Amino acid sequence: MGPLKTLWHRLGSPRWFYGMLAPWQLGFGVAALTLLTIGTTWGLVFAPADYQQGESFRIIYVHVPTVILAQSAYMMLGVAGFVLLVWRMKMADVAMVAIVPFGIAITVLGLFTGAVWGRPTWGTWWEWTDARLVSTLILLFLYFGLYALRQAIPNAESAGRACAVLAIVGLINIPIIKYSVEWWTTLHQGSTFSVTRVSMPMQMWAPLLVNVVGMYCLFGWVITRRMRTEVLRRERDTAWVNDLFGKRL
Amino acid sequence: MMHLLSGQLSREFLLVSRVRTDVLNPLIFLLLSVTLFALALEGRPEILRVHAPAVLWTLVLLTNMLALDGVFRRDFDDGVLEQLFLQADAPWIAILGKLIVHWLVTGFAMVVCIPLFGLALYLPAEVLPVLMLALLLGTPTITCLGAIGAALTVGLRRGGAILALLVLPLLIPVLIFGVSAVNRVMDGEPALAELYWLAALSLASITSAPFAVGSALRISLEQ
Repeated sequence: MGPLKTLWHRLGSPRWFYGMLAPWQLGFGVAALTLLTIGTTWGLVFAPADYQQGESFRIIYVHVPTVILAQSAYMMLGVAGFVLLVWRMKMADVAMVAIVPFGIAITVLGLFTGAVWGRPTWGTWWEWTDARLVSTLILLFLYFGLYALRQAIPNAESAGRACAVLAIVGLINIPIIKYSVEWWTTLHQGSTFSVTRVSMPMQMWAPLLVNVVGMYCLFGWVITRRMRTEVLRRERDTAWVNDLFGKRL
Repeated sequence: MMHLLSGQLSREFLLVSRVRTDVLNPLIFLLLSVTLFALALEGRPEILRVHAPAVLWTLVLLTNMLALDGVFRRDFDDGVLEQLFLQADAPWIAILGKLIVHWLVTGFAMVVCIPLFGLALYLPAEVLPVLMLALLLGTPTITCLGAIGAALTVGLRRGGAILALLVLPLLIPVLIFGVSAVNRVMDGEPALAELYWLAALSLASITSAPFAVGSALRISLEQ
């Protein structure tokens, strides 16, 4: 048996999974705290102000990481859903349970910081003809749908698989939705951040990169933490959980 | 395979002919909501004409959500779906049959009736063909994606509200291209790009939805 296959079989064991995630959770937590502190301080205090937008552009250091994460989290939901449906791996379902509320929170935060940024920059909190605002709002609705569906189905296993189908259908539809809302004319400025193409000066771009990586680590920390809690919840009647905590939970 | 499909089609048509309100209710609801809009906008022709494409497309989406809620319910409750998954080699063919008939009695029926509703909202007559064509190309997507949502929620006591919550975000492209096609023609421009998009979305969803509906129904049956 190859090491990959061994890992695969081990992933079927909630107990092993719970223990395995502990160092990851710690690592993500420390990395998130460090990177977000460095990136945010650097961006808010030391980076130069924008020559057009002045100090108000600094919200980019919060806004862009949240929006990137909002999209990445949905992508991971789709992948987890695929894994759950194809290989019936229960831990993929645990991951979906963990990701959805985080996705809702981070998308709301992305919309809010975008509105706060839009007010001084474009003179409006919200603009219906802007493709990226609208597609982020639709992303939020997709998260709400997943959340509602899981709440509505009483049987946990069916709920997981139903959410997996919905997540995959949503993931396939996201590019179509994005394209269709771009059909409208847009007043949004072009995408400000990409790893390959630097359109900002280095002093402004570097703290943003630090914060984006930091936000991924925060995501990792929240998700590993929530996944471990979910494993404990599901396994609360087993001997190993009771042993772990001395007595009954 | 064709035998299964034709059997399913004739069964669905028989069911529809026995329960005619299934066909009439969505259309009456559509007419009723068009009336509500016309009254809410105080019957002013110049306002109604401008908003008619948006109003009609939104109402078509919402009416379809209502109609789709019941597409699998009866078969789910009386065990027909369970037998289908036990016996058929390819349940997706039977699902395709169900979707075809459902589309004919809701989506296509709306295509036939929409000129009346359009005229009621003072749409110029030369816009009506493109409105019909856009609906003809757009409603199959509504039925197919809606059926996935209906299959996921068929086991729930109150699936209707959730169905709309799950499916409407996915149907936003249909709304955008559909409304935009009609508006283009009202402005005297060609609407080919939008119509091609609607057709492409429909082809993609017709070919893939029966499989997604199949796995969703199987999940609903297991719970």
